[in-house]
Amino acid sequence: MAYSTKVIEHYENPKNVGTLDKADPSVGTGLVGAPACGDVMRLQIRVNEQGVIEDAKFKTFGCGSAIASSSLATEWIKGKTVDEAEAIKNSQIVEELNLPPVKIHCSVLAEDAIKSAIADYRKKQSQRRAASQ
Amino acid sequence: MALKLPIFMDNHSTTPVDPRVLEEMLPYFTTKFGNAASRNHPFGWEAEEAVEHARERIASVIGAKDSKEIVFTSGATESDNLALKGVAEFYKDKGNHIVTTVTEHKAILDTCKRLEKEGCEVTYLGVDKVGRVDPDDVKKAITPRTILVSVMLANNEIGTVQPIEEIGRITRERGVLLHSDAVQGIGKVDFDVQKMNVDLASLTAHKIYGPKGIGALYVRRNKPRVRLVAQMDGGGHERGMRSGTLAVPLIVGFGKACAIMVEEGKKESATLVALRERLRARIFSQLDEVYVNGSMEHRLPGNMNISFNFVEGEGLMMAIKDVAVSSGSACTSSSLEPSYVLRALGVGDELAHSSIRFGLGRFNTEEEVDYVADLVVGKVKRLRELSPLWEMHNEGIDLKSVAWVAH
Repeated sequence: MAYSTKVIEHYENPKNVGTLDKADPSVGTGLVGAPACGDVMRLQIRVNEQGVIEDAKFKTFGCGSAIASSSLATEWIKGKTVDEAEAIKNSQIVEELNLPPVKIHCSVLAEDAIKSAIADYRKKQSQRRAASQ
Repeated sequence: MALKLPIFMDNHSTTPVDPRVLEEMLPYFTTKFGNAASRNHPFGWEAEEAVEHARERIASVIGAKDSKEIVFTSGATESDNLALKGVAEFYKDKGNHIVTTVTEHKAILDTCKRLEKEGCEVTYLGVDKVGRVDPDDVKKAITPRTILVSVMLANNEIGTVQPIEEIGRITRERGVLLHSDAVQGIGKVDFDVQKMNVDLASLTAHKIYGPKGIGALYVRRNKPRVRLVAQMDGGGHERGMRSGTLAVPLIVGFGKACAIMVEEGKKESATLVALRERLRARIFSQLDEVYVNGSMEHRLPGNMNISFNFVEGEGLMMAIKDVAVSSGSACTSSSLEPSYVLRALGVGDELAHSSIRFGLGRFNTEEEVDYVADLVVGKVKRLRELSPLWEMHNEGIDLKSVAWVAH
């Protein structure tokens, strides 16, 4: 199967690879997938006081399309508010990367990773609010 | 010598035609184009003579006594189908039970599934952690209703060579026929239908530097005389077992490919073992968390199957796109299931997803092996930097203790 140019581009020069401190209250971490299924994505966001995603990082175990999907996801969410990022749909990733049907699950995983990171961030925030009250 | 890219290291999938093979084939496309079944003119005689010469050469590479025991087919898939279906149909009054193993090629497993639907019973024997079947398990599985045991000579993914000789002793003693899909091992590992009591064997040309589209089924004629029902109706060619005009140029090529194997197979195998060990040593000396799949003791000379933990196989193949290899990763299959062969060995799914099969062949060089090993090492290191699993592993997290959400 041939990969699209955009998948190859992200795969060869992935954006935002790395790790944020998951103990930081302004950081949300999403870890989705399973090694036994052949793909695991970890996507992290750092959110500022205004609710804007200032930084995003990922690490992915998976095929080229999985790596490209997560790289693209981090690019897209940077600078967006948490609510805007949450609205990103896997179909947008499929379209942008021109993923074939057999690779759609990679985009689903990327959407899940964004949502999971946001959920983690919100959980931390509400815990913090609860603790300060 | 400058390295030429891309590098082909997938010689279990197919092989290039050896120039010496092609040379012998060429006249049979143009000037010597006769139909081997034309009995009444020199064009036919010429073709028939070439076919019979090839038959002898093929018989000799597997130690068959009589070249009439070679039945030409379109390839090993057809040979496997003919062997299993043909025997099941012919011996149905004697029994309906077949014994095989879980790591066979799909041409065997899918044929067995079809036969099950048609009333056969099939026992699928498990294998040990390096992929070998225990001959004792074969012995125990045989019942009075068993008509056939089918065990491959060497596995196409992990290269594990099966104990055919021991199994042949058992099947002969119990009066059960033994079939072997010998495709991967011909001319490369010890295989002798007389010595090993093999009654049927599937062969193909394109794994031994012959052309695609031609194979054969060895069908024993003596002690015991194996009978089977043809699966295709027509002119009754090949002693009534496989109708259809013989593909003379391909058969000539198949014959020459076997003749080269008889001449050079032993020496070539030694070279390939050395290349394979060079590849393995170079990778293992530079990387941690790498594992060989299959047996080191009973292995095809050119096979090296390695799992690179924490790196996904297809992702790795994409990184080494100038090198043709294959992977047991789900992502390379349409089914999204990782290799059933690696699963049968008890290799965890995560390691199955991380596996790469290197298939070395006649035309690979030491330079290529060194280049590929270093390329793989570099890319694995890069992909591990991208892998959350590698990071977690280095933090001392037991990945098995994580509550993963399967999707």
